Amino acid sequence: MSTYTEKIREISQRLLKECKVEMVIGFRQGTLPMMNEPCIVRKPEEVERLVWDSNCGINLANYLTNRKEKIGVVAKGCDSRNIVTHILENKIKREQLVIIGVPCQGMIDKRKIAAGVQGEILSVAEADGEVTVQTAAGAQTFKKAEVLQQNCSVCTHRNPVIHDEMVAEPVAEQTGVDPYADVAAIEAMSAEERWKFFEELLAPCIRCYACRNACPLCYCPTCFVDESKPQWVGKGQDPIDVRTFHFLRAYHCAGRCTDCGACERACPVGINMRLLTKKLNKDCLALYGWEAGLAEDKRPALDTYKANDPENFIH
Amino acid sequence: MKNLLELMGIEADRIHFSWISSAESTKFVKVVNEITAKVKALGPNQRFVKQAAKVA
Repeated sequence: MSTYTEKIREISQRLLKECKVEMVIGFRQGTLPMMNEPCIVRKPEEVERLVWDSNCGINLANYLTNRKEKIGVVAKGCDSRNIVTHILENKIKREQLVIIGVPCQGMIDKRKIAAGVQGEILSVAEADGEVTVQTAAGAQTFKKAEVLQQNCSVCTHRNPVIHDEMVAEPVAEQTGVDPYADVAAIEAMSAEERWKFFEELLAPCIRCYACRNACPLCYCPTCFVDESKPQWVGKGQDPIDVRTFHFLRAYHCAGRCTDCGACERACPVGINMRLLTKKLNKDCLALYGWEAGLAEDKRPALDTYKANDPENFIH
Repeated sequence: MKNLLELMGIEADRIHFSWISSAESTKFVKVVNEITAKVKALGPNQRFVKQAAKVA
């Protein structure tokens, strides 16, 4: 992983020195362990700030929207798919970008680590598929595979789909994983159980909209929840308003979501709202054979008409 | 959208989509009758209904 950091710095320095880009968007060490934050580097001598490890789960495509500069951007598999989506939706031009591809081996779920240790986490280090967590009480080691973010553990697009530079050889893609097992489990419930399931799932929501803000798809100048004329949805903690927000937020991501997990990662109360977006991903794949962000020359499923589009929901 | 509503626990027969031309009056009547029959069978909707705030 540290070789990734060196390679990212080397490539970024070269791009900035040769004036190929005006800025590089990457990650820097966060002020807390496991909280790496996005970072914009504009000068070659500043590239030392850039780092890479398994705590870079934020989706950097979110920082490209409507930018006018030439940009170098560090991208793992999911970020690259969201960059493709951005290009398709005219939020950035391909010519503006130099994509520094990072073959990804999954990001660590900070909640899983926090649940597994006692007391405050002082530092987290990783090597050879193991994660060592230092707390005041001592050191504890986890297998990285066991503390991955759930979306990473079922990811089948770890390598960037588009890139201009690569920091390492592509990694082997996971096979034999079922990304939609959790959605299928909910589908198997009765309507009554499903209603209850989501009632409990969404009950802790405080309407902070961190999920929306972390999402690279949510770039509307004014979000529907912030509109007041007309007011589409109540702004309080009413369970129906909360559910309406989550339902519509997910629906706005239909055929666009790459399951990067930024929403769940950003949630301060740990709601797995990905279950909703994943249902849409599952249906998009089953009904239209569509997965978001895999090709620059294909129009999205909800953007095209085919004579054989499924229509059995219409009377 | 229907699939996602159903995932959230809305009954399958509660929401219907149809495409009816303005010239298809008989289809319109047929579809409306079918839908009302299905929804009546389900009874009053209890889900996705916002209760008015209780004022003392």
